[in-house]
Amino acid sequence: MANKQVLTKSPPAFQESTAALLRELVSHLRQNRTQLRQEWARRITEAKLLTAMTQEEIFTEATAVYDNYVEALETGTFEALTAYARNLSERIIPRGVETHEVVGIVLLLRDVLARSLFAKYQHDFAFLNQILDAYEPAANRIANTVAVGFVQERERTIRQQQEAIRELSTPVLQVRERLLILPIIGVIDPQRARQLTEQLLRGIRTNRAKVVVIDITGVAAMDSNVANNLVQTVEASRLLGATVIVTGLSPEIAQTLVTIGVDLGKMNTIGDLQGGIEEAERLLGYKVALDLEATHPS
Amino acid sequence: MEVPILKQGDFLIATLQAALSDEDLTNLRDALVDRVGKARSRGVIVDVTALDVMDSFAARTLRALAHMVKLRGAETVIVGIQPEVAFSMVQLGLTLEEVKTALDLEEGLSLLGLTTKGAGSGGRGRRSHTI
Amino acid sequence: MEDGVVVPIRSDRDIIIARHEGRRIAAEIGFSGSDLTLIATAISELARNILKFAAIGEIVVTAVQNTPRRGISIAAKDEGPGIADIPLAMKDGYSTSFGLGLGLPGTKRIMDEFNIKSGVGQGTIVIVKKWLPLQ
Repeated sequence: MANKQVLTKSPPAFQESTAALLRELVSHLRQNRTQLRQEWARRITEAKLLTAMTQEEIFTEATAVYDNYVEALETGTFEALTAYARNLSERIIPRGVETHEVVGIVLLLRDVLARSLFAKYQHDFAFLNQILDAYEPAANRIANTVAVGFVQERERTIRQQQEAIRELSTPVLQVRERLLILPIIGVIDPQRARQLTEQLLRGIRTNRAKVVVIDITGVAAMDSNVANNLVQTVEASRLLGATVIVTGLSPEIAQTLVTIGVDLGKMNTIGDLQGGIEEAERLLGYKVALDLEATHPS
Repeated sequence: MEVPILKQGDFLIATLQAALSDEDLTNLRDALVDRVGKARSRGVIVDVTALDVMDSFAARTLRALAHMVKLRGAETVIVGIQPEVAFSMVQLGLTLEEVKTALDLEEGLSLLGLTTKGAGSGGRGRRSHTI
Repeated sequence: MEDGVVVPIRSDRDIIIARHEGRRIAAEIGFSGSDLTLIATAISELARNILKFAAIGEIVVTAVQNTPRRGISIAAKDEGPGIADIPLAMKDGYSTSFGLGLGLPGTKRIMDEFNIKSGVGQGTIVIVKKWLPLQ
C-alpha cells in the first residue's frame, strides 16, 4: 500500500490504522484548503519571507505547494512534489529567493497544518496524538524534499554561473589570420586549466590557427600543476598542427620549474607578449613565404 | 575493413574510419609502406579526422609507420586529430613525438610540399616550427 | 537506462565493441564531449591489456551512483598470468612487451578513480571510475 512508504518499521496492525489516520488527515486538509492556504500565505508575509514576490504570486505558489503537499501525504509518493520543487526553484532563484526563505515557508506550512490539527482534535488527546504520529514523518520528509530540491537547483545555478564566468575570462582571441592569442589571467585550478585547453584546441580548429601565443604574465600562481597543464596544452596544440609560443614566463620562474622537474624543453618561450606576437608573425610570414615558394616554384 | 589509399601526385593519402581494428591498422601500415616503395612517393598523409579514440596501440602503429616510411625516403604527416582526441592523448602521455602533424589535409599537403621540396630547404633546425 | 553491459574480449574487434558500448552508456549517463573520448580511450587501453597479457577476459561497463553524484565504472577482468609487481607496472615508462607501455599509469591519469587487484597466477581486475560534475 502506497502509504507504507511514508512510515518505516511499524508493525502491520499499526500501519493499517496509520493509513486510516492519513486518510483522515488528507480529508481534513482538503476540506479546509481555502482557509489553511490563506493562513499560510498570511504567515509567510508576516515572517517577511518571499519579499521578492508579490502577494498574488505568493498565494499562487502557496496553492501549488499546498496541493502537492496534500497529494504527497495521500499517495506516499514524492515524484510530483520533487518535480514541482525543482520547477519552483528554477523560477524563483532568478528572483533572488534564498534557501532560508524556502526552508522557512515549508516549516511554516508544517506549523499551520499541525495547529489546525490541534484545533480540530483538542477534545480527543489520544486521537490527536495518533494523528500527529502519522503526520510527523510524512511532514518531515516533505519539508526535506522541497528544501533539498531547492538547494540542489541553487547549486546547479551557481555552477552554471561560475562556468560562464570562466568562459568569459579566458577568451581566445584571433588577432590576425592563423594566429591566436590566449592571455591567461588569474587563478588556474584544474577545471579551468582543462577548460582553457579545450577552448584553445577548439579555437585552433575553428580558426585554422598555425601559431598560438599563450601569455601567462597574469597568472596568479605558477606551480608544477599549472606548468604541466601548460606543457600538455602545448603538446595537444602541436597535434593539431599549431606552434605555441609562451610569453610572460620570467627566467626565475622558468628556472624554478625546471628545478622541480617540469620539462620546459618543448616550449618555445619569449619574454613578453609583444615579443611573442612579433615572433609569431615572423613565423607566419616565414611560413607564408615558404607556402608560396612550394606552390609556385620559380 | 580495408582502408583505401589514394595517390595524389607524389603523395599517398589514407583516410581512416572510426571503427578500425588493430589488425586493420597494422595492415594499413604495411600497405602504405609497400606502396611508398613501389610508387616512389615523397610523402604519406594519414587522415585521422574520423578517429574517435587514439590509444597507445594506434599511436605506436602510426609512429612505426612514420619510421618505416622514412626509411624509404618519404615523410609522413598525420592530419585531422580532433581536439578531444588530442586532449585525451596528451593526458595519456601519447605525444606522437617525431611524427609530423597538421590540422587537415590541406595543411598536410602544404607541409609535405615544403619539406619534400629538395633537401635542406625551409625551417630545418628551428625547434619552434612544425615544419 | 540499463545498469550495465558485459563485453567479452577475445579479439581486437571486441575492443571496438567495448569502446562503442562504453561511449554509449557514458552518453546515457550524461557525459559529454571530451569525457566521452577519455572514457572510450580508457576502455581501449584496458581491453588491449587483456588481449595482450591474458588473451581473453571481459570489460564490464556500469552506471554507478554515489548520491548525489552519478558516474561510470569500467571493470577489466581477466584470468591471465597476473601482474607480479603492481607499483612497477604503475610507473610511467614500464613495459613487459614492446611499445609505449603507458597503459596503466595513463589510464589512471584520465579517470577519477583507479583500482587494481592482481597477483601472479591470480588474474587481474582493474576498476576505473569517472564521475559527472554535479549538476
